[in-house]
Amino acid sequence: MSSPDKVARRTEKLARVAKAFGPGKVIPAARTVEFLELILSPGDRLVHEGDNQKQGDFLAEKLAQMDPKKVHGLKLALSCIGLPEHLDLFENGIAEVVDFAYAGPQGGRLAELVGNGTVKIGAVHTYVELIARYFAELRPDVACLVAVDADAEGNLYTGSNTEETPALAEAAAFGGGIVVVQANTLTDNLRRIDIPGEWVDFVIESPKPFHLEPLFTKDPALIDETRILMAMMTMKAIYQKYLPKVLNHGVGFNTAAIELLLPTYGEELGLKGKACTHWALNPHPTMIPAIESGFVEAIACIGGEVGMEDYVASKPDIFPLGHDGSLRSNRFYGQMAGHYADMFVGATLQIDPFGNSSTVTADRLAGFGGAPNFGAENRSRRHLSEAYLRAGAEAHQGEFMPQGRKLVVQMVETFQSANTPTFVERLEAWEAMKTAGFAIPPVMIYGDDVSHVVTEEGVANLLLCRTIEEREQAVRGVAGFTPVGLKRDRTMVANLRDRGIIQRAEDLGIRKSDVSRDRLAARSIHDLVRWSGGLYNPPSRFRNW
Amino acid sequence: MEHLSFEFDGGVHAPKSGKAYAVAGVVASSNLEVLAQPQELGGRVRFEVDTTAAHFQDAWRAVITDFIERRQPRDVLFSINDFAAIPPVVSLRLDQAWEGLE
Amino acid sequence: MKQTPRISFYEASARQRVAGLLDPGSFREILPPTEKRTSPHLGLFDAPVSFDDGVVIGEGTLEGKPVAIFAQEGKFRGGSLGEVHAAKITGLILRAAARKPQAVLGLLDSGGVRLEEANAGEIGSTEIMRAIFEARRVGVPVIGLLGGSCGCFGGASIIAGCCDALVASEEARLSVSGPEVIETVMGVEAFDSRDRALVWRTTGGKNRFLFGKVATLVDDHIPAFRTAASALVRPSTPLRLDSLRTERDALVRRIATFGTCTDAKQIWEKMGLPADRVSDMTAAELTAAKPA
Repeated sequence: MSSPDKVARRTEKLARVAKAFGPGKVIPAARTVEFLELILSPGDRLVHEGDNQKQGDFLAEKLAQMDPKKVHGLKLALSCIGLPEHLDLFENGIAEVVDFAYAGPQGGRLAELVGNGTVKIGAVHTYVELIARYFAELRPDVACLVAVDADAEGNLYTGSNTEETPALAEAAAFGGGIVVVQANTLTDNLRRIDIPGEWVDFVIESPKPFHLEPLFTKDPALIDETRILMAMMTMKAIYQKYLPKVLNHGVGFNTAAIELLLPTYGEELGLKGKACTHWALNPHPTMIPAIESGFVEAIACIGGEVGMEDYVASKPDIFPLGHDGSLRSNRFYGQMAGHYADMFVGATLQIDPFGNSSTVTADRLAGFGGAPNFGAENRSRRHLSEAYLRAGAEAHQGEFMPQGRKLVVQMVETFQSANTPTFVERLEAWEAMKTAGFAIPPVMIYGDDVSHVVTEEGVANLLLCRTIEEREQAVRGVAGFTPVGLKRDRTMVANLRDRGIIQRAEDLGIRKSDVSRDRLAARSIHDLVRWSGGLYNPPSRFRNW
Repeated sequence: MEHLSFEFDGGVHAPKSGKAYAVAGVVASSNLEVLAQPQELGGRVRFEVDTTAAHFQDAWRAVITDFIERRQPRDVLFSINDFAAIPPVVSLRLDQAWEGLE
Repeated sequence: MKQTPRISFYEASARQRVAGLLDPGSFREILPPTEKRTSPHLGLFDAPVSFDDGVVIGEGTLEGKPVAIFAQEGKFRGGSLGEVHAAKITGLILRAAARKPQAVLGLLDSGGVRLEEANAGEIGSTEIMRAIFEARRVGVPVIGLLGGSCGCFGGASIIAGCCDALVASEEARLSVSGPEVIETVMGVEAFDSRDRALVWRTTGGKNRFLFGKVATLVDDHIPAFRTAASALVRPSTPLRLDSLRTERDALVRRIATFGTCTDAKQIWEKMGLPADRVSDMTAAELTAAKPA
């Protein structure tokens, strides 16, 4: 509610709090609900910090306990609907509308609540898009944020998982909003100031540390031969051909396989020093062998990763460290680094014959997170690189105006499970559109942004397709034994293969019997610990020693 | 369990390693074991499949046809114990077993 | 810290382990998969069979020494001891007792007796034990190698107990009852089978080594298993009344010393080891640190 009297209402709220709590920025945790009811008015826009890793779980719990007679009609905005309490706000009649980017763990329940009218969706965003809108038409009235440490002046140490905090704090503090922070610890000695106290109105010491999900830890033990085959084909057909220097990897096992093959197969392919030197990436534990083998010059971190703190601190040249020696991540800048990179490699749940993909299915509104920014052709890029020019030469061959091209690679297994093909004639996003009342289907990455599709069956180079029919057959030609794949035009697919638009393992000189887990630089979490010289400290659920 | 037998015209490559057999894969959930043996079949190839997943005859035919087209084997018997593997895994194991005899 | 690639025993299939352990080209398989001696029982349960019934047997040489070898495939029905599977192992060991190679190598990777053929499997397990004692009686040592993904539990663990000596990696697990069985019987408070670190420090190769059950602790690297197994090849010491009494006395002393400990870490502490560091030590480091 960005009415002209916003600043006046802020002043009034602060006076109410001062009256009830006295002067000072520190609010006792036991009185949090009472406090929140004073700073939130009906219809306010509430931004709650929480993403796919860190969660403002204490404030979420207290927000859901507010009296709906006092606070209702809230417009909730948040990166990730990650906690049950976020949806409790709607069932309790406190919130009405939600704007978000990602809803992984709550995607199923969200779809249900949208279906029965309890939740209204403003829009499903990408992270960057949502943050941008906080500075435009979604300016927050109240921002509930998360910090590791805070002092009584409101100065914050947000640490390895700083992520969105600076952007959210700035949008609220400089937009007439109120900034409230849950901190793990109140201290007089901050190791570093990530957010200055004058941006922060209130701090609350939460009874327990905020939850942090080790989302980017992929156990190498779970990488099977199919994924290794796909990784080898991708490295040979794409990494070796275009030599992308700056890149972003998604969070799945397929890209984890590539990370673990860099020191072995990547070295054989001569990639070291020529490709994969700069990354927009969280500190993936599966990157340790590539870092130790000298592949990596720098990594721009979007977030942190549980257990990687000591290892990261030992690599000041590679990771963004503060003078205190700990990581500082930044989602906005990290996303930008990925947006302007040479290449994105990711995965999805469904792809249609034109290369459109979505992680939204009929019964799960999972959202998109950062993928659409990383995984989109970037029409605003102007600086040049070898990879960008090589891809551009293929994509714009014969055109009047020469242009570069970002590489956007979708790496998927043809089946998610025995009865769930990844390739479908029609994305379930069309059904979700009807259920959620969207005007168009929620597509994650549009087909014309995709440069390559990789499956167990082979690599399809969509940059070289000259007609929509060719693009369709190139996708069908790698869709394997799914119904979409079986409906291919065999003559056209053979022709695409002759032209190198479709490449099979045999065309790339990869023997199936060479596809083995022995190629992985690390085959277990324990191997990663050894590579790290004992500095990587994995959460106990990943240990078997 | 379902038993399926297929016989097709083979391609141009007879096994030439001289090995009596090659095995790829292990019979574990979503996996399978492929035993490839050179056998005089007048240029044809035979497949004897035991599978836990019934009613997938068409999928097996598609995977095998594609395999023969790509690799062109002849005079080989493939014996398969399948524990509900998905088609791409079947395809990978056929290739690996064949490469063991090639 | 750049790591030299290991050839993982844990990861390898039974066939890959045999190929990696023996001298190249020396292995001659008995009842190879082409014989298709599959389980006569699994079909009744609509379960898939394997052409070797989950165990590879045969003969070859280990650093030039003639040996007999069997290797269980842990990924096929948990390496379980079925009728054909057990009969293959028994036959191999009895053949060794008659032909006297320098050792029998037993690569145990098994959850125990196969549920679908429990009676035949139980009998088969005891036949394997009897065959081991027969081999040992005539001086042929039986060396157990542990480090597969399935661990060594139930009947297989008793077979391991009948061997002359065991080689194990940290990844190995050796216990009569599996973690889930203990949790079911004793309660989750007594043993949480999902606590992976607890499972490994209790049943894992390192603890078994420190207790003296495992003769040689090796890293998860097939050549390390080969070297260790080869070093243990020496004529078997037959079991006699006095050697059994010595072993029983050692067990009584062990209970007296460690009987009140509730966690492996307490035991390691009592042994004078830095208990919190044991999990991070390499096989060589722990071997050096182990009290005499």
